[in-house]
Amino acid sequence: MSIDKETVRKVAKLARIAEPEQRLEPLANELSGILGWIEQLNEVDVEGVEAMASAVDVKLPMREDALQDGPTGGGQADNVVANAPKTEDNFFVVPKVVE
Amino acid sequence: MTNPADLTLAKLRDALKAKEITSLEATDAYLGRIEKAKALNAYVTVTADKARDMAKASDAKLAKGEGGPLEGVPLGIKDLFCTEDVLTTAGSHILDGFKPRYESTVTSQLWRDGGVMLGKLNMDEFAMGSSNETSFYGNVVNPWRRSDGGNTDLTPGGSSGGSSASVSARLCAAATATDTGGSIRQPASLTNTVGVKPTYGRVSRWGVVAFASSLDQAGPIAQDVRDAAIMLKSMAGHDPKDSTSVDRPVPDYEAVLGQSLKGLKIGVPKEYRVDGMPEEIEKLWADGIAWMKDAGCEIVDISLPMTKYALPVYYIVAPAEASSNLARYDGVKYGLRAKEYTDITSMYEETRAEGFGDEVKRRILIGTYVLSAGYYDAYYLRAQKVRKRIFDEFTDAFSKVDLILTPAAPSAAFALGEKMNDPVQMYLNDVFTVTANLAGLPGASVPAGYDRQGLPLGLQLLAKPFDEETMFKGMFALEQAAGANKRPNEWWA
Repeated sequence: MSIDKETVRKVAKLARIAEPEQRLEPLANELSGILGWIEQLNEVDVEGVEAMASAVDVKLPMREDALQDGPTGGGQADNVVANAPKTEDNFFVVPKVVE
Repeated sequence: MTNPADLTLAKLRDALKAKEITSLEATDAYLGRIEKAKALNAYVTVTADKARDMAKASDAKLAKGEGGPLEGVPLGIKDLFCTEDVLTTAGSHILDGFKPRYESTVTSQLWRDGGVMLGKLNMDEFAMGSSNETSFYGNVVNPWRRSDGGNTDLTPGGSSGGSSASVSARLCAAATATDTGGSIRQPASLTNTVGVKPTYGRVSRWGVVAFASSLDQAGPIAQDVRDAAIMLKSMAGHDPKDSTSVDRPVPDYEAVLGQSLKGLKIGVPKEYRVDGMPEEIEKLWADGIAWMKDAGCEIVDISLPMTKYALPVYYIVAPAEASSNLARYDGVKYGLRAKEYTDITSMYEETRAEGFGDEVKRRILIGTYVLSAGYYDAYYLRAQKVRKRIFDEFTDAFSKVDLILTPAAPSAAFALGEKMNDPVQMYLNDVFTVTANLAGLPGASVPAGYDRQGLPLGLQLLAKPFDEETMFKGMFALEQAAGANKRPNEWWA
């Protein structure tokens, strides 16, 4: 299936990537090329086949519902925000989102 | 003093234990080689001070007759592994300045066992690429050149191109790498190194920057099979912090090397051929079959008719997972934030437009598209079903054989720039490797010969889930029979 410029615009919006107007047409061509190649999957009979999401056949392990030690534990807000471009008092600072 | 560049990891380990060389000497020798090999662009960051501190600590232990299995051995780390307080880029502009506050499980186990970190290795951006040309930090150049006397720069493969180039050029004793569709095995094949992708779940993914979580698996790129066995033993093991990590004991892979292969059944799948594959690769594959026969194996012709659908499945599943995983790069939590924006949405959009390269954007868009309303069933769900058929086909094959032998890559190293304009042509590099990721199987590439231009070619072995031991036995036999242990001319030094 080929995808058009408007679809690329919509998908780029969903993916939160600013694509300049002049890139939409070339991207539509590139993505159509890749999706066209993927179309060959339609030849495969998948009637009654179960969808596979993971190669490991184990149940997700449960852990005790308690605060962990170490880097996955609590009490380290300063570590959490250490790499943020903008912070204040251990909060992430972003442009205003409510009027 | 022994030149550490002439020693494998195993020999260096033994020389360190026997006090024939100190870790500081070995570390300084490697740092000197890295300094002279800038033309290869294999390292994004060299951690010279940290390396010397770690080496001195190792020397103190070695002097007392103590130390772990990797004590004092200088290693390179793919820049996808989080390393505490050391810049971790994933080859991307969007992680500018990111210094993790924690250490990945794999690297923490290497340091637990005495390894010394030389630095962080270049790679395709977020591991998306097969030629190491999508890195924000520039192309990595293959230490190998064609014997035609031309000076064409060739690809070291990808995405672990910094790992393959640095091991091949002896800029570290061994390296970590990761493999989502072939990113350990294809670069190893192109650089005369050994690359091992373990069973999915064998090695913890905790602290490894995520690309496609159901396919990603870390493993070593090493100088030879023994070195790869030593590295994997330290890297592997159960980790409660990764819910897909499997709780099984880690065998001593080095102990099986040299064991008899008598009676093992080796499957040869007729579908592992592509149009335009050089005849040297056909011949090498035939050689490999003969070597396994000589080792006492029984050769079994098998058929894996779903093979041709593996790459199209991969290019739905991997971008879908990537589009979700890479949603976290939004200019808020770490790395880059665009300078100019009007509101929070435009901050996200401008940051991601500036921070991601073309290939990463392409894959995020594909992933977003195949997961979007109206297309999910036609693409994503169908791909997951075909993935199950590929998995079933391997399960069936492995009820008849112990190992599967195939070529590792459809060609030798190609020129940088040669395939960048055609994404599908680039994707075809992984045609022989991607099936193992979809089925979660262990796979390895072993140097097996050279093409008419003198460029290295690898053979691949695939094994049953968690049967890396049989795979290592087979790898060792291939290595012994092939004797393909040449090193590249050091034109860069």
